[in-house]
Amino acid sequence: MTESLLYLALAAYFGATALWLAFFLAQWEPLCRFGAWVMAGGLACHTLALIQRTWAYGYLPVAVFGGALLLFDWVLVAAFLLLNWRYPIKVLGALVAPLAALMIYGAIVLPQGQASAVSPLLKGFWLTAHIGLTLAGYAALTLNFLSGIFYLVQERQLKAKQFGFFYRRLPSLQQLDTLNYWCLTIGFPLLTGGMITGSLYAQHTLGHFWSWDPKEILTLLAWLIYAVLLHERLAVGWRGRRASLLAILGFLVLVVTFVGANLWMTGYHSFAKFVQP
Amino acid sequence: MNLLLVGVNHQTASVELREKLACLMPDLQQAYQNLKDAPELAEIMLCCTCNRVELLAVAPEMAPAEARLRAFLSEAPEIPPAALNTSLYVHQGPEAVRHLFRVAASLDSMVLGEPQILGQIKEAYRQATGHRATGPILNRLLHKTFSVAKRVRTETGIGDHAVSVSYAAVGLARKIFGELAGMTVLLVGAGEMAELALEHLQTQKVGRIIVANRTLERGLRLAERYRGEAVSLEELEAQLLQADILLSSTGSESYLLRREQVRAVMRRRKQRSLFLIDIAVPRDLDPAINELDNVYLYNIDDLQEVVEQNWQARRQEAARAERLVAAETVKFQDWLQTLEVYPTIIALKDKAAVICAGELKKTLGQLGPVSEEQRQALEVLLNSVTQKLLHDPIIFLKREHSMKKRPQQELDLVRRLFNLDQERQTAETEEESAQ
Repeated sequence: MTESLLYLALAAYFGATALWLAFFLAQWEPLCRFGAWVMAGGLACHTLALIQRTWAYGYLPVAVFGGALLLFDWVLVAAFLLLNWRYPIKVLGALVAPLAALMIYGAIVLPQGQASAVSPLLKGFWLTAHIGLTLAGYAALTLNFLSGIFYLVQERQLKAKQFGFFYRRLPSLQQLDTLNYWCLTIGFPLLTGGMITGSLYAQHTLGHFWSWDPKEILTLLAWLIYAVLLHERLAVGWRGRRASLLAILGFLVLVVTFVGANLWMTGYHSFAKFVQP
Repeated sequence: MNLLLVGVNHQTASVELREKLACLMPDLQQAYQNLKDAPELAEIMLCCTCNRVELLAVAPEMAPAEARLRAFLSEAPEIPPAALNTSLYVHQGPEAVRHLFRVAASLDSMVLGEPQILGQIKEAYRQATGHRATGPILNRLLHKTFSVAKRVRTETGIGDHAVSVSYAAVGLARKIFGELAGMTVLLVGAGEMAELALEHLQTQKVGRIIVANRTLERGLRLAERYRGEAVSLEELEAQLLQADILLSSTGSESYLLRREQVRAVMRRRKQRSLFLIDIAVPRDLDPAINELDNVYLYNIDDLQEVVEQNWQARRQEAARAERLVAAETVKFQDWLQTLEVYPTIIALKDKAAVICAGELKKTLGQLGPVSEEQRQALEVLLNSVTQKLLHDPIIFLKREHSMKKRPQQELDLVRRLFNLDQERQTAETEEESAQ
């Protein structure tokens, strides 16, 4: 049941990818509107799958990487659709839709399912808040990263005075920079909230706020990068190219945090440790 | 009935000839009266713009109609027939349709993709309908033309790329700032091109306009014209703090602004983007300024390069538009051909009716007295037999006609099969024998 719902969501995200890419090429308005609806349909299936799995397991299914990816993907698509509704930068869909499709594909392929015995530590409101806030922060910062890439592409063309394929198709620098800033101002507090709830929860269950876990260290590093970025933007008026470059750097650290720290480094955040031996 | 288009445009005729031909047109009342009553022409429309003079007609026979239109154009005494003959183009049938579509879609314009021509054709059509000179074919053709032109404009990017330096500057500004509403423009010095760009920017509802000039008096006059404020050139750096777009075209021999100056200004502006347009030769702004973050400096050569790239883009889009026009021409031609079928269908039905009436009369004579009911039964019998017999040929004509490439053959076949041209032929032979 969950499987078939996920496959439906996957198909919808691939369909949305095709539509958004077609919009990017042909610049025909109805395509992107249709793409957003297809994506929303995919999100509905995705939501149902998550609800069903949570119901079946009795907890948020994030104990294995595939599950965590699935949840992150859900937050990203939801955030994008929200953004698309309030502040439409249409070309962004051409990057978000394939990313969403790839992640759901990864979630299906990667080992998942119910871990045989999940540590009781992984249940409870504070943990759900920790995971939810962190993933929402990741999603906003992913959009921040994508808009940063678009900004760099567009800025390069305007500076070099060579107008290629992307020039007409990308929005103005101002719009991209505003989007970049917006996503940062939303993503940074969410990430901060995720870190605070996480450390409170750690204090509550493990007895200490901070335990030098690789994921904690890397997240702190990313947080510092984003803090610097936000400060420079607000105080010095950083914008454009430098802000985009720093946003991309921050995102790369986040990716290492999310993927690398969970899979290759040992610490209590890694998925292997979620399951009690 | 077929379509005929004769005319001259900027490519075939000199401006002198176009002027003289256009002189025929001011008295449209007279011109329409003259052509509408001509027996050679069924429908007519005149279209006259500064780049073209064209006559579009629907006529039963091509040759006399063409002669009539040529005669109309050479009526003006000062038009030399030789010049007219070399510059006049004549398009018939699908070629005329295609030509009209191309003109309306601005594929035949001097400035490829310019938007005015469609409005001019709409006006010409309005005039023609006002003089009751159009009929079913031209009405349908013109409405199709408008929709084709609109499709070309929306589905291809033929009008999307700025092809003048001042428009190119506005396009770049929009790519940097998005909306230009509320932006502050600083005009340094005055020049034709800078002022043109300023006017284009004003149509985008920019906010403040500041004019900096070496002589304050001239600056004041300019500022008054554009409803801005005048400042002296010494304040340039201070004014740059507020400006978003700077248009520079002074006659200064040295750079007005150098990299270090702009760098300092950018820090004080908190890095808000700055778009500098340097139209002056020699240049007013140090080219190294472009290396600064969030500053975009374009000089006249850069803008011209943009325009050249846009021309290429328009030409590429024009190729797509041509394909669209070709497809629509075929569609219209199909419709036109279904029209050709109707006379044959009517002739078929007429012939059947005549035969029925004749045979009925003969039979009634032989039968002697019959009741009214019996007579009606006979009529119904004849009618249903002929209707059923003609049903298939008519369907064949209608259907085959809209699909075949050379429908005239089918039409001829049916006409010969049913000997529909008998009357005309006998009339012709009688005429010949009389001679």
